[in-house]
Amino acid sequence: MSVLAVAEHRNGELRDVSFELLTAGRELADAAGADLHVAVISGDAEAFAEELNREGVDAIHAVTYGDEFNHDVYVQAIEALAADLDPTFLLAPNSVNGLDYAPAIAESLDLPLVTDVIDLAYDDGLVATREMYGSKVETTIEVDGDRAAVTVRPTEWPPAEGLGDAEIGVVDVAIDESAIGSTITGFEEAAEGDVNLEDAEFIVSIGRGIEEEENLELIEELCEVTGATMGSSRPIVDNDWLPDNRQVGQSGAVVTPDVYIAIGISGAVQHVAGMKGSDTIIAINTDPNAPIFDIADYGIVGDLFEVVPALIEEFE
Amino acid sequence: MKVLVTVKEVAQVEDEFEIADREIAAQSLDYDLNEWDDYAIEEGVGMVEDGVADEVVSVTVGPERSEETIRMALAKGVDRAIRVWDDSLEAAELLDPSAKAKILEAVVEDEAPDLVLTGVQADDDAFGATGVTLAERIGFQWAAVVNDLDLDADADVAHVHRELEGGVDEVTDVELPAVLTIQTGINEPRYASLRGIRQAQRKELDVRGLDDLGLDGSIADGPLTLTEMYEPETESDATIWEGDAGETAGNLAEYLRDRGVIDA
Repeated sequence: MSVLAVAEHRNGELRDVSFELLTAGRELADAAGADLHVAVISGDAEAFAEELNREGVDAIHAVTYGDEFNHDVYVQAIEALAADLDPTFLLAPNSVNGLDYAPAIAESLDLPLVTDVIDLAYDDGLVATREMYGSKVETTIEVDGDRAAVTVRPTEWPPAEGLGDAEIGVVDVAIDESAIGSTITGFEEAAEGDVNLEDAEFIVSIGRGIEEEENLELIEELCEVTGATMGSSRPIVDNDWLPDNRQVGQSGAVVTPDVYIAIGISGAVQHVAGMKGSDTIIAINTDPNAPIFDIADYGIVGDLFEVVPALIEEFE
Repeated sequence: MKVLVTVKEVAQVEDEFEIADREIAAQSLDYDLNEWDDYAIEEGVGMVEDGVADEVVSVTVGPERSEETIRMALAKGVDRAIRVWDDSLEAAELLDPSAKAKILEAVVEDEAPDLVLTGVQADDDAFGATGVTLAERIGFQWAAVVNDLDLDADADVAHVHRELEGGVDEVTDVELPAVLTIQTGINEPRYASLRGIRQAQRKELDVRGLDDLGLDGSIADGPLTLTEMYEPETESDATIWEGDAGETAGNLAEYLRDRGVIDA
């Protein structure tokens, strides 16, 4: 029995989730009585393999083909490794790239797929915990049959540490280039402009709770009287109410201010990924069960249209 | 060039709700068009308006109630729509991505689109996997999490941006035919006009059972079983300032002054 975890890297560096996958993989391997194998594909795969050699890893397979992520290469490489290792469980990150290859490999290997998993257990079969309805509920899902592919939510497991004694092998996979249907031509960074959220020490962020574009004036005024830098959650930027460079979250800026005030933001995992490193988090929300309160240090359960004007008054 | 846009009616849960038998009580659920699919519809309709595509067709897998959602797609400019449903699907608590992809595969075989647009994920179960699973099944190329799309129909290629984490886009050329999963923010979805809503009533909405697609109810017996649904234990250890708006704002102002982030 074996668990095969597929590491993720970008721009010459392993991403944090790769080390978290090792922890999740080791826990699952222990519960199921399996070995933990790790695959690292493309880029400087051999150097990545050395880095991934943490405690609990039994074997690492480095596939040295290509530079950056390409899903066709990943699918072919994992198919080749699976033919050899016959893994019981395949683990991938629930990242933008993970979701670009894991469903395809699960389908091609005929593995049941559970995505965005926040907890895993093994009891004569895989039991996965995942959220639904925007984090309002958690569900447990039992997988029938012996095998499964799972994508694991970043930051749910601690990174694996310590030096391991894994067997590292370089695998020469014959990639069929005629089957590669997409070509990466480059990368673009979102324009930074005149806002630098990453350096801000005091951020006031606004979310869906603001309801209408014209109501943003209220938050602008608050930022003006307090000297805070204004950020936002994704829906505000999607609506073009604020430019891209105001977005805090997984696909925007990752910020670490002294104080972060989240106003009318429910606290979806994508937003939290960008601001949980703030020293102090203060939430203002009408819903006392909003997930933002799970990570907040201080909170006000109330209507922002009443609280914010009162707050502005305090500083005028 | 023909474009197929998959849409889903999703349930949104009100702040207060109860769970019974692994389901949320119906009175706490509001149904709406999946947010991501709204952007996929706009992308597809825009292609027809720009003369890049000849026809845009929508498909949904859902009960009769979901016709409201698919009529919304028609009102926004989709040419015609297909709704697939079956009693066996009604009984299933959880359809896994593979089951959804098998149903959509049968529709793709009938419709033979050059391009399939899906949302990145559904707002309710949030698997985020159906589009890529479908691509693998039907032998199309694909790209997940697309936030910029420029279709070159003559060259049979889609120039896309994939939105990676941390404000970085991957710029990629994808050969057609392809499945692209569309991210929010790629465009500005239109509101349905009154004229559009009237026209939608006259557009073709074809209802198909699994039999019509050469499938049967066994498709609902997937490998995943939902065994529990519960409200997560709150992990909050936040200090909640109590009182009316004036009092709570006062508490917050005092904290900010003490903390030294504000001089005023």
